[in-house]
Amino acid sequence: MSTNVTTLLTSPEPAPTSRGSRAIRMPRSPKIIAGLVILAVFAVLAIIGPAISPYSPNEINQNWVKITCQQGPGLCIGEIKDGVPGGYVPLEVPLGPSAAHPLGTTLLGQDVWSQLLNSTRPTLVVAFLAGLVATALSILIGVSAGYLGGSADEGLSLLSNVFLAIPGLPLLIVLASYVPGADTSVIVIGLIVALTGWAYGSRVLRAQTLSLRNRDFVEAARVSGEGRLRIILAEVMPNLLPIIASSFLFTTLYAIGAYVSLAFLGLAGTPTSSPPGPWNWGIMLQQVFDNNAVNTGYWWWWLPPGICIALVGTSLALLNFGIDEFINPRLRAVGLTRKAARKAGISFRATLGFTPVMGGRKAPVAPASGSDDGRGGSSR
Amino acid sequence: MRFIARRVGFYAIAAWVAITVSFFLPRMVPGDPVAGIIANASIHGCNPYCVKALELEFGVFNHSSLLVQYLQYWGNLFHGNLGVSYFESSQPVTTLVAAYLPWTIGLLGVATVISFVLGTTIGIFLGWRRGSRLDWVVPGATFFQAIPYFFLAMVLIEVFASILKWFPPQYGYDITLTPGWSVGYIWSIIDHAMLPAFTVVLASAAGFILGMRNQMLTTMDEDFVLVARAKGLHSGRVVWYAARNAILPSVSNFSLAISLVVAGQLLVEVVFNYPGIGYLLFKAVINHDYPLVQGVFVVIVLVVLAANLIADVVYAFIDPRARQEA
Amino acid sequence: MSEMSPPARAPRTPTHSTARQADPVLEIRGLTVDYGFGTEAVHAVVDCDLVLRRGQVLGLAGESGSGKSTLSMAAIRLLRSPGVITGGEVLFHPRPVEGESSDPTIDLLRADEAELRRVRWSEISVVFQSALNALNPVITIGAQFDDLLKVHRPHLSSTERWDRGVELLEMVGMTGERLRSYSHELSGGMRQRAMIAMALALEPQVMILDEPTTALDVVTQREILEELMGLRDRLGFAALFITHDLSLLVELADEIVVMYAGRLMERAPAASLFRAPRVPYTYGLLHCFPPMHGERKPMEGIPGSPPDLRALPSGCSFHPRCPWAMERCRKETPVLTRLDASGREAACWLHSGGATVPAELALADPGDRGSSAATRRVAR
Repeated sequence: MSTNVTTLLTSPEPAPTSRGSRAIRMPRSPKIIAGLVILAVFAVLAIIGPAISPYSPNEINQNWVKITCQQGPGLCIGEIKDGVPGGYVPLEVPLGPSAAHPLGTTLLGQDVWSQLLNSTRPTLVVAFLAGLVATALSILIGVSAGYLGGSADEGLSLLSNVFLAIPGLPLLIVLASYVPGADTSVIVIGLIVALTGWAYGSRVLRAQTLSLRNRDFVEAARVSGEGRLRIILAEVMPNLLPIIASSFLFTTLYAIGAYVSLAFLGLAGTPTSSPPGPWNWGIMLQQVFDNNAVNTGYWWWWLPPGICIALVGTSLALLNFGIDEFINPRLRAVGLTRKAARKAGISFRATLGFTPVMGGRKAPVAPASGSDDGRGGSSR
Repeated sequence: MRFIARRVGFYAIAAWVAITVSFFLPRMVPGDPVAGIIANASIHGCNPYCVKALELEFGVFNHSSLLVQYLQYWGNLFHGNLGVSYFESSQPVTTLVAAYLPWTIGLLGVATVISFVLGTTIGIFLGWRRGSRLDWVVPGATFFQAIPYFFLAMVLIEVFASILKWFPPQYGYDITLTPGWSVGYIWSIIDHAMLPAFTVVLASAAGFILGMRNQMLTTMDEDFVLVARAKGLHSGRVVWYAARNAILPSVSNFSLAISLVVAGQLLVEVVFNYPGIGYLLFKAVINHDYPLVQGVFVVIVLVVLAANLIADVVYAFIDPRARQEA
Repeated sequence: MSEMSPPARAPRTPTHSTARQADPVLEIRGLTVDYGFGTEAVHAVVDCDLVLRRGQVLGLAGESGSGKSTLSMAAIRLLRSPGVITGGEVLFHPRPVEGESSDPTIDLLRADEAELRRVRWSEISVVFQSALNALNPVITIGAQFDDLLKVHRPHLSSTERWDRGVELLEMVGMTGERLRSYSHELSGGMRQRAMIAMALALEPQVMILDEPTTALDVVTQREILEELMGLRDRLGFAALFITHDLSLLVELADEIVVMYAGRLMERAPAASLFRAPRVPYTYGLLHCFPPMHGERKPMEGIPGSPPDLRALPSGCSFHPRCPWAMERCRKETPVLTRLDASGREAACWLHSGGATVPAELALADPGDRGSSAATRRVAR
């Protein structure tokens, strides 16, 4: 097909290819770069976090807690009541940021910065694990439904629609309450979260598979006798990659929110229970809430974990947008933006259906000419 | 209307799945949670009648099979009997639900409607006037979309209740007042609903804005919008041609949207100690009040499915192609 | 801006006049259109002139990517972003009314929005290729007629608008009941007829048809075209017919203009172009279609493919594919010049450079030069 400029710049999708041999092009969009940078920072923190953490997150720094033995000397040592070792009393006021504690302490004298560092890994691990499992599930169910059609499609679609219709968090709460190991194992929680998050992706993938199935190159492969599985893997999947990537990001975004919410509600185990659950940003916020620290202005305790969640979430969303723009060029700002116009030195308002006219001479408008006036060529 | 009939059938199946999962879950868990639940119940104030009800419900002395218990459970459901909560002074679950549910529906209903209208309108504008001065809303909304609802609630409480003292930080109404139809009481309800509602609106509008903007941009690329321009129709009418089509995916994606808003609402209620059904579920879970958990879960699922059905009916109205597909 | 109803017009007389005698109704002079700005701008249309005369059918032919749609959309300022018009003028001459002086000529490129809105559809209407995409899918056909008439004929009551809609549908061979239908309830042919009826609703002086039948099957194509030409004979509007199918134009058009890579290559009366092409590109196009009658000849076609507009060949854009290319063609771009006294124009160095013209491009013009498309259709 010849180059049609209009389709070149505004085509609804990149032309699908067979055999997926083209390299996966990563567009250089500022959104994608910003998203990747933020994620990279958190990934590094996740890996080295516990190693560089100055204190243990559970550790109650003895120097910073008022030592008062309430029952008399010799009777308090060794007791542990409500998570606080005998002889200690929770601080009346958590300590603010200082040189020793860059983000201050909690009400129990625990270092917030250490807690933050130790929470990064479990939070990210659960989020990405859940995202991976959910995406795998949605590929399995969505692509099969789209490709196989017929009653297989009906059944699988019913399954994914049911999971989509049932509200996610209430189901999560019920599952997390009763599935054993939810409060201790990162893997179990990840799987539960994945179970509630795969449905949307499978619907999107099914729709896309349906449209690809009727394309010529798939038809050609089918006619030439290629096996079904082979067609799905070699012809259909490569064209689904951008959507799969987008679905993965969206699901991970959901997973991080779900996990943090579960932890906030106390369903993902606490580090002080036995056996202890992992630290995560949700737990930090739960402790803030439990100790009624919101009304009292101890911002260094609850702002950092929340901002971390928001930053990771934003980076995922940015990556998602970048991929969306790649899939759907209509969303790209091509050519004629205000920035480009300003750079070119003209000002205009680009509205749909009123094509801007640049420069051009103001020719005197002649009255309707009569008969053929013997115009020559078009040169001026 | 075959379309509606099909949707009702589907929602019936979805409800059945949810209820079945919730029924079987504690009974499938290894160990004997039932005994644990009953033991726990007695400690927490379940009077002897309540203990008896629990034993009956869980079939402690009933050696019938799981299947028979399941059918009995369904029988109870259809009689409107959701069991008895032992934590809440042995009140029947239905009574508790009836007391807490209106608060949620009021807050959620109003907040969601405001959020949808606001978000969609801004989204239409951002899509139509791409590259305008308001484009900073897009990265802003992206960030807001990633903030967990409960964290936003905490931020707002800090700013508006603690620092500025404009609104009360907790509860659904002033607990020192007696409930009734007095002006003071009603005013305190509104006063206490402001921050929670604001939280829900702020957190959910972002999603609506971005979604609608993207849908507008895609729709504006269609020929019929250009034709509307070519016909010399007024700008407002051209925007309407585009928006009327762009809004369709928002309605068909309703189940996803409401799932997220319900989740958010639940967390907001917990943070604010707002007496809604999310708060009730939370308390039930913490107290291991199993009958209450199960009952509230069933009610939440049914309400959400009903909302989905309404959305489907609306969709059939606004998209003539859907009516034909049945 | 008030929407005035147009002044009463004298009853139309269908014009079967020959191409040369009628007054011009739409004059495009030196139109240049780019996609994008500055150094990255792609020149989609370069310095094109077109004159559309009253009652005439002007055919605009070219392959995909030649710029023909860009040209016509830009002329009425409907070109989508990132298109920019960088030069030229588009003069619309309203029809003079008997006994009154005519409305002044308007330069569409310099008109403001209100002016454009007034002129659009009431004087110049458009029929797009895909009626399914060109009709709003969520409102009825009748509602779309209603919108149109409400803006341009505000004095009509709603019953009168409905009646006018019925009248228009019947004019294209559909029943008035179809006003209640949605676009997806109509067949492809019916949708296109509805589009044509809408285009005629305000009795425009110019109709631009952008590949109106390409998306239809051959049988429906013929029906629609005959319908269209019948309407043209009755109502007397001028038509700019854009297509890649030269064989269609030979029957329908009075004059044909051939476009390649954004420039005009040849302009001639239809019969002359068909029987005696003067430019290698036209020659190649004509020999792509096998004739139904006559002796069997080997198919020739044109080797190579149309150029990428971002990387045009030097000199004449066609020279890499031209069997008669000379050294000069590589270096200098030819302009559309008049060939002798017959009024035909060609952009080719073979004719203006003093070289010998190959026999294929020097056939005699058909004798009855004055025949209009109408008589040619009757004769077939």
